[in-house]
Amino acid sequence: MSRIFFFIAEAFRALRRSASPSLAAIVTVVMTTLLLGVFIPVIKASSTTTENVQKQLALYVYMYPDATKKQAVTAQKKIDKVQHVKRADLVTPKEGLKLLKSNIGQSEIGQGITQLQGKNPLPYSVVVHPDNANNLPGIQNAIKPEGKHAKPISPAIDEVNSGQKTANAIRTVTNAVKVMLTVIAILLLIVSLLLIANTIRLSIYARRREVEVMRLVGATNWFIRWPFVIEGLIVGLAGAAIAVGMLWIGKLTIIDPLAHNFALIDNFHTVGFVPLIIVLLAASIVVSMLGSGITLRRFLRV
Amino acid sequence: MALLPTRRRRNRAAAEPTSRSRQGDTPAANRRPPIVELRDATVVYPGGHVALERVSFGIQRSEFVFVVGPTGCGKSTLIRTLIGEVRAARGQVLIAGHDIDRLRKRRIPHLRRRIGTVFQDFKLLPNRTVYDNVAYTLKVTGASRGDIRRKVPEILRLVGLQGKVHNYPDQLSGGEQQRVAIARAFVNHPPLLLADEPTGNLDPETSIGIMQLLYRINRTGTTVLVVTHNREMVDKMRRRVLALDEGRLVRDQATATYHEESTSEFGVRVRAEMGVREGHTNGEPAASPPEFT
Repeated sequence: MSRIFFFIAEAFRALRRSASPSLAAIVTVVMTTLLLGVFIPVIKASSTTTENVQKQLALYVYMYPDATKKQAVTAQKKIDKVQHVKRADLVTPKEGLKLLKSNIGQSEIGQGITQLQGKNPLPYSVVVHPDNANNLPGIQNAIKPEGKHAKPISPAIDEVNSGQKTANAIRTVTNAVKVMLTVIAILLLIVSLLLIANTIRLSIYARRREVEVMRLVGATNWFIRWPFVIEGLIVGLAGAAIAVGMLWIGKLTIIDPLAHNFALIDNFHTVGFVPLIIVLLAASIVVSMLGSGITLRRFLRV
Repeated sequence: MALLPTRRRRNRAAAEPTSRSRQGDTPAANRRPPIVELRDATVVYPGGHVALERVSFGIQRSEFVFVVGPTGCGKSTLIRTLIGEVRAARGQVLIAGHDIDRLRKRRIPHLRRRIGTVFQDFKLLPNRTVYDNVAYTLKVTGASRGDIRRKVPEILRLVGLQGKVHNYPDQLSGGEQQRVAIARAFVNHPPLLLADEPTGNLDPETSIGIMQLLYRINRTGTTVLVVTHNREMVDKMRRRVLALDEGRLVRDQATATYHEESTSEFGVRVRAEMGVREGHTNGEPAASPPEFT
């Protein structure tokens, strides 16, 4: 028990005695934690948004205008069995018109719809949701293969509209965004780790003579290491606490008022503040402790 | 004083007297194994440089031994080998009968607690006071607070630094720093004290004081091994001398008679201060011849 107090006292003494390297280490932790604290929610928000966009991608299969309801249902069932199809919804002409109205709204074309006087020009259609947006071309090919003599899955099918070009564009962009965000996240994490590890290494390197003397008088490796690990813990905790405090102030003064006014920010599905804080605190403490402990290994070789 | 107080060793020590008593005529001083013994020890550094080559000698308890030789002859390697920092490639290095090459890495700190070490550059902890520097050695061994409070002032009085307890190393002179280093090395009353050029950075006047201190420590029964290239000092003190050259032991003499007897004022003073009489042989008490087994 007295040993634990001794180690803690040693850690605080080292922090006090080498104030500027300790301060540098704390500032590094603050900066990297702050960076992660801002980027993690942003990355998470963008990736959920791109996922949402991808989810909305669907195939629209239109029947011939004279197709009966029975034929349409048969076609829908067949489509439902195609590989990678998550859901295939039958849309009756009536429902189709309703959707069209609500989509178009009160514009001039919308008013044109009201002038149809009970006639409904829309055919039966099936909305096909894929399990993954990348499987859209495959599904489309299965429902209505390309080529002159190729026959669609059901004779009632007139046309398959995927908005192919739009879908492709969206898919390419969202995929690129996902890859980019992942790369940025990984880079950021590596940079933070290296930065913290390097700062700690510098402060330990400055004290390598001290470590040498400790070994000389017969201190065991863990007897030497514990104060350094505790020092890392204190640095990590202090740095993370300051960063979290700044993030919290930022959230209160910038994000929260904006969220009231803009649905955009409010709608982002992102990380909760509390889990974020916990992750950041834990990460910076663990990184700092490991940084100290592992860096010391080099100087502890017998 | 056992160097490595393990249970196994204690058992063996208990069994020893019966087996020895049968031999009857063994002198009491020679019963225990030499405190330091090298048997054909060869140390090779990474890169192939041979620092020690087939070195063999033994040092008995309470001996005062000088190791001399030119720079790069392997003196410092010898010290590093004895504290387990460097391992012998071939041959054996025994401390109190234990082969330290066979010692597990975990046990090496425990070996070092029983060996005091003093270096040319003092190797003090710069951000600790004189008191804390000495106390650290005791804390490492898990000494109680009371123990530390009692022993540290006592040893600082012994080395004559009672007035500088709360000073930091950079506020002390070279000689005073070396006294702190010696106090730290001796606070545990180790059976063996190694000094690597302890006077290398000091002027002759201060050197005499340091050598006196080492001599006094030796008189308490601690074996003292001093590595130095200060030949004059060696010759004046008339102790056993081991000379190394290019990693080989080239001389092992019970008394230093390497040079013509010096009649310089320096030499006379050193001998007078140490209480060394002319023609006095090595060690206090008189040394027994080194044991090679």
